[in-house]
Amino acid sequence: MSLGITLVSHVSDIANGLPKLLNQVAKDVPITTAGGTDDGRIGTSMQKIIKAFDDNSADEILAFYDLGSAKMNLEMAIEMSDKKIHIYDTAFIEGAYTAASLIQAGVNLNDIEKQLKPLTIKN
Amino acid sequence: MTLTVDTLTTWMSKFAEKVETNKQFLSDLDTPIGDGDHGFNMDRGMKAVEEKLATKPADVTSGFKIIAMALISTVGGASGPLYGTAFLEMAKKSTTTNDIGELLDAALAGIEMRGGAKPGDKTMVDVWNALVPDVKNGTLTENRITEAVAATKDMIARKGRASYLGERSKGHVDPGSQSSGYLFEALLETEGLL
Repeated sequence: MSLGITLVSHVSDIANGLPKLLNQVAKDVPITTAGGTDDGRIGTSMQKIIKAFDDNSADEILAFYDLGSAKMNLEMAIEMSDKKIHIYDTAFIEGAYTAASLIQAGVNLNDIEKQLKPLTIKN
Repeated sequence: MTLTVDTLTTWMSKFAEKVETNKQFLSDLDTPIGDGDHGFNMDRGMKAVEEKLATKPADVTSGFKIIAMALISTVGGASGPLYGTAFLEMAKKSTTTNDIGELLDAALAGIEMRGGAKPGDKTMVDVWNALVPDVKNGTLTENRITEAVAATKDMIARKGRASYLGERSKGHVDPGSQSSGYLFEALLETEGLL
């Protein structure tokens, strides 16, 4: 079972920028992104998120998002996807960075989730 | 009280019309407490809905699905998934009943599930929660809609973008409640539906 990461942001520059930071500590972790709306505006897109899930080579995905409505589109995308996906309500950058470094180090999901818990800032 | 493909499309075109007329007003409401795009987002969404409904749907269920997918894929902000879920839930419910009250009940439950908002959080849930019983009891009026929308003005936002402002959100009508008000007005004006 392999673990990957999907990043969802309202802004494509944010979604595409964050992997640069994560790649420093997690060069082998599959990371896919969904930023902005289908027509390039600020917002999120269920279709883009589904594509990011499909494009991710891992069979189990940890998903991180920036603001509230990104979570709603994430949840709808999950309902329409066959992959096993977990959403975390953590601080976006810190959560994704923690998960990426732990996946790279071969830590199991249960232990990763323990470390993500204190980073939860959204409800 | 029974929805048909014809009353559904009339309801939607009246809603689209109201959103278009008021898109600037909706976005202005969204400016002090949100990201200032609610009216334009909803207008883009409803234009997509109108385009899709130009081809008459085979039945109410597929009509609702078409509306939901158009909103989910074009709106972008929180209103996309929220309104989209409302129509998706009505699509599911319409396989067993076309009673408008029961359909709206399912829609409200969907909005609450998707957004996690409760009555009093200064969101569209407040308007739906106030007005769905009126639809069921046959007591929906223009006045009741105006009251339900205005009631959000003095609430403190606990969900969505406005919640970042906390106390400062007081004194502003919630934009999603206002657009929901238009949806209920459109319903009220759809002849042969209520």
